[in-house]
Amino acid sequence: MGRSRVALKFNLGRGVLLAPLIFLTIFYFYPLVSILSVSLFPAGRIDLSGFSEIATSAYYHRIVWFTIRQAIISTVLTILLALPCAYLFARYRFPGRSILLALTTLPFVLPPVVVAIAFTSLIGRGGLLNRLLMSQLGLSSPPLQFEQTFAIIIIVHVFYNFSIALRMMTGFWMNQSRRIEEAARVMGAHGWRLWWTIYLPILRPVIAASGILVFIFTFTSFGVILILGGVRFATIEVEIYRQTTSIFNLPLAAALSLLQIAIMTAMMLAYTRLQRNLPLELQATRHTLQNLSTRRAYTLIILLVSLIAIMIFTPLLALVVRSFMSSTSGTFSLRFYKMLTVNTRSSILFVPPVDAIINSVKFAFITTLLASVLGMMAAYLLARRGVFFARWIDPLFMLPLATSAVTLGFGFIIALDEPPLNLRTSPMLIPIAHTLVALPFVVRSLLPALRRIPPNIPEAARMLGASPVSVWWLVELPLMLRSLVVGAVFAFTISMGEFGASLFIARPETPTLPVAIFRLFSRPGAESAGQALALSVILMGVSFVSFLVIERLRTPGTGEF
Amino acid sequence: MRKFLLILLLSLLLVSAASVFAQDNTTLTVVTHDSFAVSEEILSQFEAETGITVRILRSGDAGTMVNQSILSKSNPLGDVMYGIDNTFLSRALDAELFIPYESPLLNTVREEFLIDDAHRVTPVDFGDVCLNYDVAFFTENNLPVPQTLRDLTDPIYKGMLVVENPANSSPGLAFLLATIAEFGEAGDYTYLDFWADLVENDVFVSDDWSDAYFAQFTVPSGGVGSRPLVVSYASSPPAEVLFAEETPDTAPTASIVADGTCFRQVEFVGILDGTEHVEAAQQFVDFMLSREFQEDMPLQMFVFPVIEDAALPDVFEEYALIPENPSLLTIEQIDENREAWIMAWAEVVLR
Repeated sequence: MGRSRVALKFNLGRGVLLAPLIFLTIFYFYPLVSILSVSLFPAGRIDLSGFSEIATSAYYHRIVWFTIRQAIISTVLTILLALPCAYLFARYRFPGRSILLALTTLPFVLPPVVVAIAFTSLIGRGGLLNRLLMSQLGLSSPPLQFEQTFAIIIIVHVFYNFSIALRMMTGFWMNQSRRIEEAARVMGAHGWRLWWTIYLPILRPVIAASGILVFIFTFTSFGVILILGGVRFATIEVEIYRQTTSIFNLPLAAALSLLQIAIMTAMMLAYTRLQRNLPLELQATRHTLQNLSTRRAYTLIILLVSLIAIMIFTPLLALVVRSFMSSTSGTFSLRFYKMLTVNTRSSILFVPPVDAIINSVKFAFITTLLASVLGMMAAYLLARRGVFFARWIDPLFMLPLATSAVTLGFGFIIALDEPPLNLRTSPMLIPIAHTLVALPFVVRSLLPALRRIPPNIPEAARMLGASPVSVWWLVELPLMLRSLVVGAVFAFTISMGEFGASLFIARPETPTLPVAIFRLFSRPGAESAGQALALSVILMGVSFVSFLVIERLRTPGTGEF
Repeated sequence: MRKFLLILLLSLLLVSAASVFAQDNTTLTVVTHDSFAVSEEILSQFEAETGITVRILRSGDAGTMVNQSILSKSNPLGDVMYGIDNTFLSRALDAELFIPYESPLLNTVREEFLIDDAHRVTPVDFGDVCLNYDVAFFTENNLPVPQTLRDLTDPIYKGMLVVENPANSSPGLAFLLATIAEFGEAGDYTYLDFWADLVENDVFVSDDWSDAYFAQFTVPSGGVGSRPLVVSYASSPPAEVLFAEETPDTAPTASIVADGTCFRQVEFVGILDGTEHVEAAQQFVDFMLSREFQEDMPLQMFVFPVIEDAALPDVFEEYALIPENPSLLTIEQIDENREAWIMAWAEVVLR
């Protein structure tokens, strides 16, 4: 490790590496501090009433406990399900492999109300499964009661976050050498023992990295809790939203925001500590995927595909089917897709689907670029400095993810209101906000890979006379590329699907796909629902194609990822 | 190939970033919520006649919009704010967000909507939050349509009603206010007793209107939802006809407009204090009270005009019922008690 840090020091200039910190300062800390000070110092005097209210009220204790509990359960389940799938994806070549991987990422882009409709049509009171069970078993009432339960929150959290864990683990695992595993096999380890003594220790950094991301995502869960959980459940984030927009109790909202940030920071400090003691230094290698040869491997693949199918594809399929089905006759129809392009009321609210696609893709590309460049710099910054530095600076990049979107949105309004930073009504604010959320994904994906670049390779290149830029471009970048692609896919996905934060930013007319879906869902009528679902399917389609394109960038040649 | 693609992407990005930054600045900025709509033609006619370019700035729901405007009061986000309703109005008035303007067109506005004598805000439209029901369901099952709020606690309607969360949803809050106006806070049977009975009768509380209407209500969802009664708007039945796949012979839903079952929301426009375009802002307020705009609103935003002699579109004449005696609470009453009512409601519903 020590050697690699020394080596990295020469590759990129010091100043450049500070860019991500400057970005964070302007677009995160400055707005955050502004809104918190306005909230906590109304009329120039400090107001800590929010803190005492949280400390003394059983209501808030319940919220904090619920937030932690659901996040832990969601994270553990997500990791447990993704682990065996990552094993197969990292190991075997099978037909439809990369398409399957791209498909698992689609839930991420869907707005919660669309997901609610998908799940309601499958397991709701009048849903497919209940009707089937009732007719098969002769029951008079629906046997499955998932609506607004703790269980549905967890199911949907796994549905949303499965691909974070799967992609990060697969990407990491494929870069690991098999020598240790082969040695262990030779010495007779197999089955559980192999998992316990070899795979899990090797994967520990990436399990922790993806685990912390899933944990943060579910800890700050908002739309899922509101729409699928209903009134009985509230996370801290939900309560911040309520206190900010509905009740306008800013001291309390600020106290909750700080509490959320504090809990998250503690988690992240623990995490960076854990990451610091990396177990083994492994050679970054590329190995070829095995063909399916044994019966066991076949069985595993079939099990895997059916698991993903049940969990992820059936809800998506339900949406696709409904978008192509006439609500009057129940037969196949393209009507909803065709009608999307017709502005029947010549309304300014109307969004031509092509425009929404262009806006979405444009914002997503800007986000991907910003997040990749800044994330790369941040990863270098963290990898090359001392442990102490990494320990305290590293969590900073995760903070935006842990911060309430409402708080930050309000912060933008009051902080970025004067030249040269008069950005609060600029459309650029949307990709900037998305970048704040996407940055941790790029950093988390890159850092493990960067730390594991064997120092002798770039050193050799330098000794042979390569300039720092060409060392980076020809040696280091290719070694990190797969991890960078994982991060970039997520940056893109986050931007395509993100809607919550954009709600709290004052936006001029640059409607994205989620905004257009939201508009269709805010007026009655079968046509509205049908078109909204059609647009959701288009959103998934555009995202899907983009994933495949981004993944093409990863390595020359084919068939590896 | 890979590098080529990368370079191509980079240049695409630069071009798109540049286009995002480009903006013009001779404009009147209207701060509004997500549902504001107008016909393109009518808006461009206004722009052509006055030489004003209208820029629309959307900011979430009405609550988000008002609160953000209060926070940015010293340096307002825009020149005009439209879409604040009677459930949030006094918060904005207390914060002194607006400068007064008495439009010459006020004399065309129906008396009942002129609630601010200081003319800090001007009424633009109203809409009634009412129960909607699935007509076919009630006919097929030979069920009587509920005629009072109290009827909803009858076991024959068990498991049939879906409402929205008043803490996060504007129709949800309106319906809670209707129940408060109807049952009151004191006496033998308060609004909380009513809600306890609704819970007993298996009411479903969705977080927002979209989920209530599209995932829980039976009609538009074509089989996904399972509840034939929903809290929606009196204008939803005409919208069902307008946004049907094939124009039906009759509306699949209808609203219940019996006395004391609906709550009337009135939306206002105000000129934001600090604007540099006072005159343009006043012209925009007049524009919103013009007959063209008022008659355009129903099909754009599914709300009703506030001026005396505006004609309604045919589909509204045919399918929209306007309650004769909707519930009304004063904006002061609402503002003083909103949070306490919602908290008390939550206690009962969550228990």
